[in-house]
Amino acid sequence: MTDSAAAGLPIAIQTKKLNFFYGKFQGLKDVDLDIAEKKVTAFIGPSGCGKSTLLRTLNRMYSLYPGQRAEGEINFYGQNILDPKQDLNLLRARIGMVFQKPTPFPMSIYDNIAFGVRLYENLNKAQMDERVEWALSKAAIWGEVKDKLGQSGLSLSGGQQQRLCIARSVAVKPSVILLDEPTSALDPISTAKVEELVHELKNDYTVAIVTHNMQQAARVSDFTAYMYLGELVEFGRTDEIFIKPKKKDTEDYITGRFG
Amino acid sequence: MNQSLYNKRKRVNQVGLTLSMTAMALGLFVLLWILFILFKNGFEALNWAIFTQSTPAPGSEGGGLANAIVGSAMMIAVTAFISTPIGVFAGVYLAEYGDSSKTAAVTRFVTDIMLSAPSIVLGLFVYAILVAQVKHFSGWAGSLALALIAIPVVVRTTENMLRLVPGSLREAAYSLGAPQWKVATFVTLRAAKAGVVTGLLLALARISGETAPLLFTALNNQFFSTNMNAPMANLPVVIFQFAMSPYDNWIRLAWGGALIITLTVLVLNIIARVLFRDKVKV
Repeated sequence: MTDSAAAGLPIAIQTKKLNFFYGKFQGLKDVDLDIAEKKVTAFIGPSGCGKSTLLRTLNRMYSLYPGQRAEGEINFYGQNILDPKQDLNLLRARIGMVFQKPTPFPMSIYDNIAFGVRLYENLNKAQMDERVEWALSKAAIWGEVKDKLGQSGLSLSGGQQQRLCIARSVAVKPSVILLDEPTSALDPISTAKVEELVHELKNDYTVAIVTHNMQQAARVSDFTAYMYLGELVEFGRTDEIFIKPKKKDTEDYITGRFG
Repeated sequence: MNQSLYNKRKRVNQVGLTLSMTAMALGLFVLLWILFILFKNGFEALNWAIFTQSTPAPGSEGGGLANAIVGSAMMIAVTAFISTPIGVFAGVYLAEYGDSSKTAAVTRFVTDIMLSAPSIVLGLFVYAILVAQVKHFSGWAGSLALALIAIPVVVRTTENMLRLVPGSLREAAYSLGAPQWKVATFVTLRAAKAGVVTGLLLALARISGETAPLLFTALNNQFFSTNMNAPMANLPVVIFQFAMSPYDNWIRLAWGGALIITLTVLVLNIIARVLFRDKVKV
């Protein structure tokens, strides 16, 4: 069974019979998934399989759009976040997200980081300086930007922008970080840097990453979920999924015969 | 390859190209003609006196447009102060909050009607509700009438510019736990800043030549006055009155005023274009 894969580990997020609808179209079907604490869980599968949809249910990003709804349960440390009474801003402060395309805000590098921090914390100048340096260091970009914190975030290269966005998520000290194809717009060197970063991040954070790149899933993740047509086909430890998948569909996809 | 089919397509292409070039040449010719006449008469009329002296009394020599230039500038400035907050806030509401609400749909519809409303109607409206009540023309009334024209322009350009901001930027801000008003003001509006300012400038360019709404509201004032509570001189109405007068110096001043308005509008348009080009590059 798929739900035994993360057995014995502390679980950060658990979905139960999760169904998702874009209007009438069903994007997720009865997904049961455990995301282990302080591990990297990768979602793989062909385009349109629901992996990004699944990621976007975890911080309720879909709630921005009328017509999209989820049914079932998503338990975040035991609390069902699909509860209509759930405060979405607080939830998103605890479950951060980084997107496919870098999305620096139209403000200085410093303010890009401070923006999220100011929302929930009252720091004085020195504390904020410290936090900004800490977050940028975590995202392995401090050395490149420390002399131009006042410059626009848009002045950085694509790879730097993406690490800035990761730093921005890290800065608010969330518990979970969701990465939605974070390297698909980046060159190989920037990609390698972001992947190293994902390795670092799991010391302190639970990470869920959507990726089109199977080698990337194999390199960075502890657990892998293979999805197809909105269903969770197979979920297990990454080495097992990549070396001896239990299902033929998974094997076909991983070996490139399909997808 | 079918040679005759290819030849036919080439001929059709020629015809289409000729038609569109003729249309363009016609349009361009008229525009250049207007500018030529305007520049020829306008530059002849331009001199320092235009900027230093006020409009002359009937029969007197010389004179300038100082009172009208200052009056126009003051009324346009007040209009900008009125229409910027209202227009920008309404645009933010439409783009960020009113996606599926009925209020937004109605606001959008009314704004579109206001956009195409004849300006003389707006002038009459302000005359009826303000000028007729206080029983005197005033600069304030003029600004109010101009603001009614400018606001819908600002609302719609603000909304359109905000809609150009990629959804991913909004999502990124929400993903940090930012509440909607913070996302709208600190992220989206900031990202669309150049576009919104462009809209404001174009709205001001649009109203700086409006004559009809000022006829019933600010009227005109032969003397230099900065009192917004009294009738106020302004370029469009001065042009309107002077151009049809029998006095040569008045007609010259009308041309000079027309040139000043045109150059102002031109400069506003150029600034708007430069700003917007910079925005698109990002």
